[in-house]
Amino acid sequence: MVTSMTTKDAATTCDLAIIGCGLSGMAAALFAVEKGFSVAQAGVSGGMIFATGLLDVMGTHPIETGHGWVDPWAAVDAVSEDIPDHPYARMKPEIIKESIASVISFLGKNDLPYVKNGELNSEILTLLGTSKFSYYIPQTMWEGVRALKKKRPCLIVGFEELKDFNAAQIVGGLTRRWPGLRWKNICLRDTINVSSFVSGDILARDMEMPGNVKNLVRRIGPHLNGAEAVGLPAVLGMKRHRKIIETLSRELGVKVFEIPTTPLSVPGLRLIEVFTEGLAERGVRQFFPERIVSWKNTDGAFLLAAGRGTGKKWIRSEGVILATGRFWAHGLRADRDKIREPLFDLPVHQPEKRAFWHREDFLDLRGHPVNRAGLSIDDQFRPLNRAGIPAFEKLFAAGSILAHQDWMRMKCGSGLAISSAYAAVTAFSNMKAPHRKIPRN
Amino acid sequence: MRTQALIIGGGVTGAGLSRDLALRGVRVLVVEQRDINAGASGRNHGLLHSGGRYVSTDPGAAKECHQENEILKRVAPHCIEDTGGLFVAVEGDDETYVSDFPHLCRQCGIPCEMLDLEEAENLEPALSSKMIAAYRVDDGAIDPFRLSLENIAQAQELGATLLRDTKVVGFEKENRQIKRVQLFHMHTGQKTVVEAEQVINAAGPWVGEVAALAGIGIEMLYSKGTLLVTAHRVTDHVVNRLRNPGDGDILVPGGTVSLLGTTSVRIDSPDLITPTVEEVDLIVNEGSQMIPTLKGIRYFRSYAGVRPLLKVGSNLDDRSVSRGFALLDHARDGLENFATIPSGKLTTFRFMAEKTADLICEKLGVHAPCSTRTESLPDSSSGKWTEPALGAKHWFNHHAKDPILCDCEMVPESAVKSVVNAIIEKGGDVNLLSIGVRSRVGKGVCQGTFCGKRVSALLEESGEIGSYDGLIDIRRFLQGRWSGERPVLWHAQIMQAELKEAFYCGAFNLEVVSDGHIHDDKRCGNNL
Ligand SMILES: Cc1cc2nc3c(=O)[nH]c(=O)nc-3n(C[C@H](O)[C@H](O)[C@H](O)COP(=O)(O)OP(=O)(O)OC[C@H]3O[C@@H](n4cnc5c(N)ncnc54)[C@H](O)[C@@H]3O)c2cc1C
Ligand SMILES: Cc1cc2nc3c(=O)[nH]c(=O)nc-3n(C[C@H](O)[C@H](O)[C@H](O)COP(=O)(O)OP(=O)(O)OC[C@H]3O[C@@H](n4cnc5c(N)ncnc54)[C@H](O)[C@@H]3O)c2cc1C
Repeated sequence: MVTSMTTKDAATTCDLAIIGCGLSGMAAALFAVEKGFSVAQAGVSGGMIFATGLLDVMGTHPIETGHGWVDPWAAVDAVSEDIPDHPYARMKPEIIKESIASVISFLGKNDLPYVKNGELNSEILTLLGTSKFSYYIPQTMWEGVRALKKKRPCLIVGFEELKDFNAAQIVGGLTRRWPGLRWKNICLRDTINVSSFVSGDILARDMEMPGNVKNLVRRIGPHLNGAEAVGLPAVLGMKRHRKIIETLSRELGVKVFEIPTTPLSVPGLRLIEVFTEGLAERGVRQFFPERIVSWKNTDGAFLLAAGRGTGKKWIRSEGVILATGRFWAHGLRADRDKIREPLFDLPVHQPEKRAFWHREDFLDLRGHPVNRAGLSIDDQFRPLNRAGIPAFEKLFAAGSILAHQDWMRMKCGSGLAISSAYAAVTAFSNMKAPHRKIPRN
Repeated sequence: MRTQALIIGGGVTGAGLSRDLALRGVRVLVVEQRDINAGASGRNHGLLHSGGRYVSTDPGAAKECHQENEILKRVAPHCIEDTGGLFVAVEGDDETYVSDFPHLCRQCGIPCEMLDLEEAENLEPALSSKMIAAYRVDDGAIDPFRLSLENIAQAQELGATLLRDTKVVGFEKENRQIKRVQLFHMHTGQKTVVEAEQVINAAGPWVGEVAALAGIGIEMLYSKGTLLVTAHRVTDHVVNRLRNPGDGDILVPGGTVSLLGTTSVRIDSPDLITPTVEEVDLIVNEGSQMIPTLKGIRYFRSYAGVRPLLKVGSNLDDRSVSRGFALLDHARDGLENFATIPSGKLTTFRFMAEKTADLICEKLGVHAPCSTRTESLPDSSSGKWTEPALGAKHWFNHHAKDPILCDCEMVPESAVKSVVNAIIEKGGDVNLLSIGVRSRVGKGVCQGTFCGKRVSALLEESGEIGSYDGLIDIRRFLQGRWSGERPVLWHAQIMQAELKEAFYCGAFNLEVVSDGHIHDDKRCGNNL
């Protein structure tokens, strides 16, 4: 896809252009500015608005056994050995740890603290009344992990205004393992000024209005009946969540925790806000919400077109990180007969034909082969062309677009997104000749 | 338990027969192994045939369709959308067939009007520019769920009993009679026995299996047909390819969507049939010759049904073979009170029920005549929520503080509650699948991603269903949707499927839940 450029002067020039603003693109932008590169980033909000906010590193392997790992690092070792093409197999575990640690430190500095249990996974309850392993847990959810572990007497409270969070459902799924778990769905309308049915983000902002937390305390108080912890939907404020939870626990006299709820996911939106604001502060030139629609590569430099029509903008960069996600995010496109990478037309590793894309059972433990389709890369995280060599010297790929992994089943989404972004930025950094300047107009 | 007439099968045939008999004052028990329309009646094209499709291959069936088409439009208008139909030929189609068609229609008494091409294009702009001929006929679209549910509902009003999730597993015979019928409850495993004066086998594709329980051999062939559901309504008329019936040659509007089909693949057993990628591709390729947009359009589901066919040359010759269908009176096989209605069409279900009820009443000594030809089918509420977009109409009319549980099909909570109450009243099992049969829940673009979870939460919260296991129910429901989604996952629909998996597996870990327990100690403990 090559476009002729008319207005050369209008281009934003940078060292590294990042395509995609999912977790992987955000992490890549962060690592790149931390290494001192000038960065431009384009994208439309992706999966993060639905995501739980949990940062998984590695939970299940081999997926066909459904085996959950308490030690994610042992699981990373195992998966690297068993699936040599898995992106994790191209990274040292220390690198994965380091990359995640620097994202966590960035989030913490921006009032979005995460907590973990030593080097181990924690079991956390879900919106559906199941549980899963995750590694780094938003602090607002942490008391839920502890309550589940100790099976403390606990009350889950739902809000009738929030359709996708139902306390009865959560308790229904967990009650056999956790007899001390009770539920109550309360109606907020009578006490709090909210509309009949709201999405989480609106409710979260409503919660920050004066008086609303006190009202909530009054509504929950009478239902405590000996509960030592109270679980609420993760809508307790968009920015002031720590304060709100503190107030609730103090006034109710119990531990209070959030349970991730979708869609829209407030913990996901918090991540988006923190990344967007924090990265803008650090000088990332953001083209949101814009898609890269075409590109050109001349003299080793990339020229990317963001947006269409009159609003079209140009980005000129030495390197590009492709973090465009999978089907939902448009990083991959499935035609009736094959899967394509729509932007650079990179070859996509994929099953032989559509009949093999999906298995007959939706929940087949082996997972669907199509979910392991994606870009094949070299050790520098550069996608390969049809000849099996890097398509461009400085085009890198990161995140869920990579082949040979199934983040949904392996529970490795965030860890993979972050660490592969780190690997890509590091590879770019190692390649970038310090003396060489990108040609400017 | 005892009854006058025991009907095996709760498809449209069993439902229609139960109503006909109940209207004549016969006490009826309908036994259905799963749920209403669990068989062919829930997996067809929903085309109320004008008869045009059969004028060359089966004029008898064509005439029967025409006659029933007119009757049903009169007595059951609320189950029908009177769309009208077109037969169109495109370049390369057999021109003799094209020119013979009006003549053959006339011979069967089927109204058929020739259109000039421009007129046809104005009626349906989506038609191919390669069209060479077009005729207008009286085809319509019929909602098979509503049809069966309304028939059963009136039968129940008149005293009939319906046993769902109950399978006929054996017959006890005495003196050339079936004396007792053995029933097995599919969930509880409980066995019961019913005494019946007359037993009617309306088990659709399974009539052979049921007859075999009585020691009677009916040789059957099975033909599988696959259909695709488009995300939008493509045409307002039924559009048929003007050629000998073949693959992918009919498009039927159904509310807000269209149904494209079908195929005919011989299979060995009527069980466990799912559409395949190959069939879906064949249908899309064939259908797009008539209507080119069918190539690029979004499909969000496919499904397959089984047509039971009596093996030709089996010993049928001396039996009471009616034109379009066979009614087998097993008196000739040595069982005086046993009959089988093996096949037919949705369109002619009423006629089949009438003929069968005549036979049964004769045997019972009941003289009341059939009244379904003239008596309107009541418009009750039990089938109401299966009509696409009715959810939306209701919601806008009655909206109070009623959350929409299914955003794709706009089904409000109150609608789900009324469906649940109707099921409970009639003693049925409440779960996502049984609610799905009676409503649009799960039928929209997201294929149950959001509504499945919300409706399950409602059941959990109401606490009305004794041992409701939400996780198991959701697993079953998602799998139920999946077999139809799987073959149409490309473009937008694979994105939808990915999101669904991101929720249920990525975020909820549902794939490792079995019988409600996850992470048992064996699974997560050994790495500590
Ligand atoms: C329902 C759900 C639940 C989740 N739960 C968890 C969880 O429990 N734990 C966990 O660790 N992770 C979870 N995740 C997050 C998941 O891990 C991430 O989505 C994953 O890590 C992939 O991130 P990504 O950045 O590679 O891709 P995405 O998040 O898909 O982002 C891709 C980005 O690329 C952009 N893009 C695509 N094409 C272009 C283009 N041409 N130009 C510009 N931009 C483009 C998109 O707009 C999007 O911003 C969940 C996600 C979802 C959807
Ligand atoms: C792909 C396809 C498309 C079609 N399109 C059309 C169309 O457009 N127009 C039209 O007019 N006709 C159409 N038909 C035909 C029409 O669908 C069938 O003729 C009609 O639905 C048959 O209804 P039935 O009640 O006889 O059988 P079914 O609906 O199959 O009912 C039989 C019932 O018996 C139950 N059962 C089986 N065994 C037992 C047992 N041992 N105990 C208890 N219960 C049992 C089953 O669970 C099932 O519910 C189509 C058929 C197919 C397959």
